[in-house]
Amino acid sequence: MCKRLLISIAGVLVALVPAAAFQPPGGQSEFVPVSSLPPAEQLPAAPLLIAAYAFVWVAVLVFVWSVWRRLTKVEADMRALQQRVGRSEGGAPR
Amino acid sequence: MRKYFVPLTIVVAAMFAYAPVMIANADYEVTMGLVQKIFYFHVPSWFAMFTAVFICGGASALFLFKRDPRFDRVAASAGEIAVLFGLIGLVTGPLWGRKAWGVWWQWDARLTMALLVELIFIGYLLVRNYGGPGSDKLAAAMAIFGTANVPFVYVSVNIWRTIHPKTTVVPTLKAGMFGAFWFSVAAFMLLLVLLMTLRLGLERQRALLDELYLAEDDHV
Amino acid sequence: MFARVALLVLRKDVAIEVKSREILYTTLFFAASCVLVFAFALVKDGQPPEEGPAGILWIAIAFSGTLALGRTFERERYNETLRALLLAPAARPAIYVGKLLGIVLLLLIAEVMLVPAVALLFQAPMFARPLLLAGLLVAGTVGFASVGTLFAAMLVRSRTRDVMLPILLYPITVPVIIAGARGTSALLQPAVDEATALMWIALLVCFDVVFVTLALWTFEPLMTE
Repeated sequence: MCKRLLISIAGVLVALVPAAAFQPPGGQSEFVPVSSLPPAEQLPAAPLLIAAYAFVWVAVLVFVWSVWRRLTKVEADMRALQQRVGRSEGGAPR
Repeated sequence: MRKYFVPLTIVVAAMFAYAPVMIANADYEVTMGLVQKIFYFHVPSWFAMFTAVFICGGASALFLFKRDPRFDRVAASAGEIAVLFGLIGLVTGPLWGRKAWGVWWQWDARLTMALLVELIFIGYLLVRNYGGPGSDKLAAAMAIFGTANVPFVYVSVNIWRTIHPKTTVVPTLKAGMFGAFWFSVAAFMLLLVLLMTLRLGLERQRALLDELYLAEDDHV
Repeated sequence: MFARVALLVLRKDVAIEVKSREILYTTLFFAASCVLVFAFALVKDGQPPEEGPAGILWIAIAFSGTLALGRTFERERYNETLRALLLAPAARPAIYVGKLLGIVLLLLIAEVMLVPAVALLFQAPMFARPLLLAGLLVAGTVGFASVGTLFAAMLVRSRTRDVMLPILLYPITVPVIIAGARGTSALLQPAVDEATALMWIALLVCFDVVFVTLALWTFEPLMTE
């Protein structure tokens, strides 16, 4: 197991050398200021910002609600089960 | 962890309520203006997502090799939460991009990479729910492979596309933005812990229910 | 011992395939129709799309591969031979390697058909650097098949196996597709970009090593009840 692990690590390192040597073509390194666009193409930022924040809240609340719904279902099943077991225990002589 | 649930909820709620104040007071970014403030929710949600991804992968590996069901429960919870935070990131990203780049989606390297990881973990959830018998182990394998894939996705997509602001933007953050940013990161991480606690509680109740069903079968 | 078991499993699969040739023919024909569909969809006025051939080749490999994986393990499931293999006193990872070699062989045969077909239909100079292209194809196929064989074996007993395999396989093998398509595209340039192709081959080899190792580690616990 150890030998296999060492061989795999060696293989990965050997293969990484040419990968590391290659430099990707330079991408854009800074933002082009949006203010240099013609005014017709500029969007109001506020609705996007509010939409983003609102989405975060909505997503988290939907998740919490979904967990709560599943939890109540499980607890209902547990109560039903305990009732069944309680009834059969009370009825059957040991 | 359960007894910390209520104080944790209060702390997280307070942090999220205060966050907009901090963010509004943070320095205005010159080139992008107001819409850049999405950054304070967008980037911390990625931090939270990848933390959840690595928790899921690690727990899955431990589950597969040690067979302890507690690890499976942690993995299931972390998987769902990773998809949640990934969704937040994938929605806030294009909202920001629409204003900053002019288009909703531009195959930007980091967003594409996040999309791929999100798809892998949606696959994880699908296997857990619809995989049939033994799906907990299948899902564990999916999580392990998905987590191991993260560096490859990073390298391949990065070389394929390079328009996103370089990762180094975080260390070069101006002092005025520092406070708001790290406050947001802390808020999201605490939210992650809170949601994990909640979700793990559900898994524990489910495990208890399964045990009760088995006990009933033995009894009857 | 390990190699012997793997080669025995491979020989078994090849022997069955030589008799019926079912999976071979269906995979080859599917790959051909895949390429034809792309041709009809993308070729305009007799002109193929500019960066088309590289991507189309790798999409056809991915789709045919998924089909071949599904069919191979369906055959194992139908005859309950997978359980028999697992009961045999052989190292489980060796069984995985045997199945992997079978799938890789099948896909390489499909690629032998696919590469000239794509070169012909899309007017692509596929044979400019045959050795580099072969390296790219072998490394990519092994990467794709390594993940695919594990997932297909895992899903054998699942009800939703037919739809689950693509859902699980494609996101994980996206780095392979990116590397393969970009590397092939670099080889198809008028001024062949060998450095880029070699870089993508290196990435693919890395991927292969990591994922074959992972698969060997996880095959045993996954296949145990």
